[in-house]
Amino acid sequence: MTENNIDEMVQKILDGDRRMLARAITLVENSRKGHRNIMKQVYPHTGKAMIVGVTGAGGAGKSTLTDILIGKFRKMGKTVGVVLVDPSSPFTGGAMLGDRIRMKKHARDKGVYIRSIASRGAMGGLSRATYDIIRIIEAFGVDIVIVETLGTGQDEIDIIHLVHTCLVVFTPGMGDDIQAMKAGILEIADLIIMNKADLEGAEAFIRHLQSAVTTANIPVGAWTPKVLPSVCVSDKPANIKGHDEIIKGIYEHFDFLNKSKALDKIRFQRLELELGLILKDELQNLIFKGLKGTGLKKKYITSIIGGENDPYSVVREILDNYVLHRKK
Amino acid sequence: MKNNKQIKVIITKVGLDGHDRGAKIVVSLLKEAGMEVVYLGMFNQVEDIIQAVVDEDADVLGLSYLSGEQLIFTPKIVKEMKKNELNDVLLIVGGTIPVEDIPLLEEMGVERVFRAGSLSGEFIEYIEKNIKK
Repeated sequence: MTENNIDEMVQKILDGDRRMLARAITLVENSRKGHRNIMKQVYPHTGKAMIVGVTGAGGAGKSTLTDILIGKFRKMGKTVGVVLVDPSSPFTGGAMLGDRIRMKKHARDKGVYIRSIASRGAMGGLSRATYDIIRIIEAFGVDIVIVETLGTGQDEIDIIHLVHTCLVVFTPGMGDDIQAMKAGILEIADLIIMNKADLEGAEAFIRHLQSAVTTANIPVGAWTPKVLPSVCVSDKPANIKGHDEIIKGIYEHFDFLNKSKALDKIRFQRLELELGLILKDELQNLIFKGLKGTGLKKKYITSIIGGENDPYSVVREILDNYVLHRKK
Repeated sequence: MKNNKQIKVIITKVGLDGHDRGAKIVVSLLKEAGMEVVYLGMFNQVEDIIQAVVDEDADVLGLSYLSGEQLIFTPKIVKEMKKNELNDVLLIVGGTIPVEDIPLLEEMGVERVFRAGSLSGEFIEYIEKNIKK
């Protein structure tokens, strides 16, 4: 891919060419040549979309909820970009991306761009690629970007650095009041969604979650998470409910961010994290590139395996010899 | 450009064919072979599938048939693929396909037909060797 082609590609994306958008995302996902140039050119066209995150355990109904929210946003005349993340196998690298199947209603809607991506391990690749993918979709010109994470457990807070408003989806039977009291939920949730709220135990769990919110030591002036019930699937369409309130909650939270100047703070924190991630990646690439052909990398690893050295000392030595030294 | 990129495959059924056990097994096998597979499920229409191929920037589109609709829907898919300039996407067909349909499908533009009973190694190797981008 030559630099000229990248210029043309970015221009086409800005003009709304979804095929070029899809190609650029692949390029970024695979860290191919041109990645940096694309991001550089796309960057001035970002920052305009409202970004909504949907997270929660596998099977909680994230994709089905996302499908309904897409429909609500579309009815409001908004265009929507959707990023669906599913896990990669740590053994084979393969992935089954099965979220798009829940979004058939929007399969042909030109106002919706849906992209499934695999998490590709935990080596920071996900966060960085996901950041960049959201940026490119923003530049393509959608009003809303929804990011659905892979089924999370506890303490997976990456998502709050990616989105404006974070929905955490629960279902009845996922735990008792003790689960609701644990750290990790209130820290990331702006809206706590009690999905499958027509099932037994929903009311009690809503009370537990509500009580956890009430007793949390939320600083004055900060957003208080809302607990909202939702039914996404039912034999009777009349029973499907809760989603207008969720949309309302999303906008209330976004307004809150705007009015409280929290958006600026979020933007700052997000860029701080992003800079760190990019720096780490680029530095690693630079150093490994420098070591290429010297046989040193292999020597270091062998010495660690042999018990003569340890990873921390090796990294220190590399930094001393090849980074800090060079600067003198 | 074949190296250093994860292969992305879309597996889907078209039309009213309501049996997807075979398709799901193929999805699992491809996943185990290290590919990223988007499964679109059953009852999909041609335009929906094409939009998914475009949006996902897929390398491979795999159509699965059981109930004999391959000669009806495949040409429609091929036509839409051409219209959308998706000539760098590898189109393969799998399932319960009569032998006499194979040359017809290949003439339409299907690159390879894998009948029921194909070994997983066959289609995995075929995909790895033949992706176009």
